Amino acid sequence: MTANDVIQVGLYLVVLLLLLKPMGSYMTLVFADTPNRVTRLGSGVERVLYRLCGIRGEEDMGWKRYALAMLLFNVLGLLVVYLLQRVQLWLPLNPQHFGNVAPDSAMNTSISFATNTNWQGYSGESTMSYLTQMLGLAVQNFLSAATGIAVLVAVVRGFVRRGAAALGNFWVDLTRSVLYVLLPLSLLLALLLASQGVVQNLKPYVDVPVVQASSYAQPVTDAAGNPVKDAAGNPETRPAQLTTQTLPMGPAASQVAIKMLGTNGGGFFNANSAHPYENPTPFSNFIEMLAIFLIPGGLCVMFGQMVGDRRQGWAILATMLVIFVPLTVGLVAAEQAGNPALHGLVAQHLVDQQPSALQAGGNMEGKETRFGIAASGLFAAITTAASCGAVNAMHDSLTPLGGLIPMWLMQLGEVIFGGVGSGLYGMLAFAVVAVFIAGLMVGRTPEYLGKKIEAYEMKMASLAVLLPCALVVICTAIAVLLPAGVAGIANPGAHGFSEILYAVSSASNNNGSAFAGLSANTPFWNVLLGVCMFLARFPLAIAMLAMAGALAAKRHVPESAGTLPTHTPLFVTLLACVVIVVGALTFLPALALGPIAEYLMSAH
Amino acid sequence: MRTLPLLRPALTLLILLTVLTGLAYPLAVTGLAQAFFPLQANGSVIVKDGKPVGSALIGQQFTAPKYFWGRPSATAPQGYNGTASNGSNLGPTNPALADAAKQRIAALQAADPGNRAPIPVDLVTASGSGLDPEISPAAAQYQLARVARARGLPPAEVQALVARHTHGRQFGVLGEPRVNVLELNLALDALPAHG
Repeated sequence: MTANDVIQVGLYLVVLLLLLKPMGSYMTLVFADTPNRVTRLGSGVERVLYRLCGIRGEEDMGWKRYALAMLLFNVLGLLVVYLLQRVQLWLPLNPQHFGNVAPDSAMNTSISFATNTNWQGYSGESTMSYLTQMLGLAVQNFLSAATGIAVLVAVVRGFVRRGAAALGNFWVDLTRSVLYVLLPLSLLLALLLASQGVVQNLKPYVDVPVVQASSYAQPVTDAAGNPVKDAAGNPETRPAQLTTQTLPMGPAASQVAIKMLGTNGGGFFNANSAHPYENPTPFSNFIEMLAIFLIPGGLCVMFGQMVGDRRQGWAILATMLVIFVPLTVGLVAAEQAGNPALHGLVAQHLVDQQPSALQAGGNMEGKETRFGIAASGLFAAITTAASCGAVNAMHDSLTPLGGLIPMWLMQLGEVIFGGVGSGLYGMLAFAVVAVFIAGLMVGRTPEYLGKKIEAYEMKMASLAVLLPCALVVICTAIAVLLPAGVAGIANPGAHGFSEILYAVSSASNNNGSAFAGLSANTPFWNVLLGVCMFLARFPLAIAMLAMAGALAAKRHVPESAGTLPTHTPLFVTLLACVVIVVGALTFLPALALGPIAEYLMSAH
Repeated sequence: MRTLPLLRPALTLLILLTVLTGLAYPLAVTGLAQAFFPLQANGSVIVKDGKPVGSALIGQQFTAPKYFWGRPSATAPQGYNGTASNGSNLGPTNPALADAAKQRIAALQAADPGNRAPIPVDLVTASGSGLDPEISPAAAQYQLARVARARGLPPAEVQALVARHTHGRQFGVLGEPRVNVLELNLALDALPAHG
């Protein structure tokens, strides 16, 4: 790592930590059971919304009703996104006249956006109409994030409430997430991004003449638009002259803002946050990175405040940082060291990948000049630690070790900050497992936050921890065994396996980033990843709500000499170890076949 | 558990929040962005003599010796295709990656036969978007003598132009120093012709 790498990573962490406390305190007020100065601001709007929807805001829902409302709302949203894509050709705001999306791709995309994964098999600027982007995809960016926050708030109430039958009102929690948290922050971020050069308009694409005309080989297509192949099976091309460039347009800033804040990650354009119209400057990159961790980090602070012991929130946050910071350093260092495959060219004095005042150096394949190594490596770690999945550099072209880290961050279950809401409730499942393990060691019934952890809670927490792991391992095996799975691979050798492992890890942990060489817009991949995304999202959330329901009903156990304090460095260490051990034991064999094998081969 | 009573709130709330976040919000951002940042919100288009000549944020393909060249672009079917942003997605150990680098080295050296300096890595590796508008200052320095010779300009004059189009780290710390290729080439073309 260079001094510049250290400064940029350090500055990010400092600014982030300064923002988390105000963000968390604000959200504590938003989700408080009693009216306060924050909720009074929007109570008028809330009242109108609830009246129109026939919602009784004061109705307290048991965990089953809460879960059912959550599931119903999300499935309806999913259907809307599916339908919009299937009929977009006949709807307005489609200046490029994009056709209706194929059923398998539309199904995959609708699940993807409703589950907060935002995996993208399609290419935004050549597939989705502005209307689909706004009314379908952007809406689910908000609603899937709001769902995550709502479920988390309900889970935290399970720890807070004593002898209670209910966890709150899903409609109210959802509405407040949108009105008080996501919408105002998105508005602010969207305008900041627009000031930096992120496009925001409803105009058709703009053609400009290029300064230097150049020639290129244009693939020949038949009347149906299929590529024509010559006798040897190679695609036929004809020489063409390039004189104009088409600039893509659209309402990008509004969508990019919520894509980051909601840890969604689905790009407006194909290249996502590497696209200069989606992330034009180092400053836009910095605020996009802050936006990813802002709410997941703030929720840790809110959690501490809601359970009445701020230290509990800081302990969870510390656990996340203890895992996040070393892995980030490792990723940036691996990328800064450069691609071993180019070392031969470096030795012949043909290529210079040394960092200097004049260049970032390092592995620049798939990276943008304005971000260099530090801002690309940091972004890659953040986007996979959180279940964001936006990328500002192509992860497929990361060095073997640089690519291992994002993959493993996802496989840890998206609990290192993780998705908004889902990251913290995932981490709370790990915390329950951690106190259980500590309880086994000393032979006591474990407790967490004053609640006894018994068989039922352990079952639900284990389910939440193991479900994504099982999905990754089983579905990767399916994909490598079937020709339809292997057909998508773009790179030879161990890296080809990594592409599959990365894709399934991404979908099964609702991240959404990709080793994008994999051709995943096929019926097989659309269905497999669709199933992974759905199962990783809703059954897991329902298991956590079930656990919360059981916890809410319990009495509070007063702290005794035998209680394991859960705000100490000891507990932080224990919790971090549990997360790492589950992640390492489950995935080491698979990682050894992919990135580790690739690293060992490239080191020779 | 009765599902039916939940259906009305689910459906109505979905419709209302869709209108709020899917129509009102993006339209409000569009209105505000168009009012306060019209240049940026419309694609940072560079206008010369009343006509658009490109975007300051979207790179263009340059292959002539008299222009500074940008990053290699992996978009299909031609480089810098604005409607198909993409990286190469070549894995680090894929032989095709090193082969592509060798081809670019050969092309750069063919355009500048006397120059045997090591080539800055950003000139031989494809960018993430395929539309990267910028190169590192090192990549500009590498090409400077070639461009000056092809245009019959004193290198000092080209150097001054490069310096004027070099941006340091934003606020002194963020990102990397860089040179906007299209803006620099437009400025070169705008220089009075030398005898």
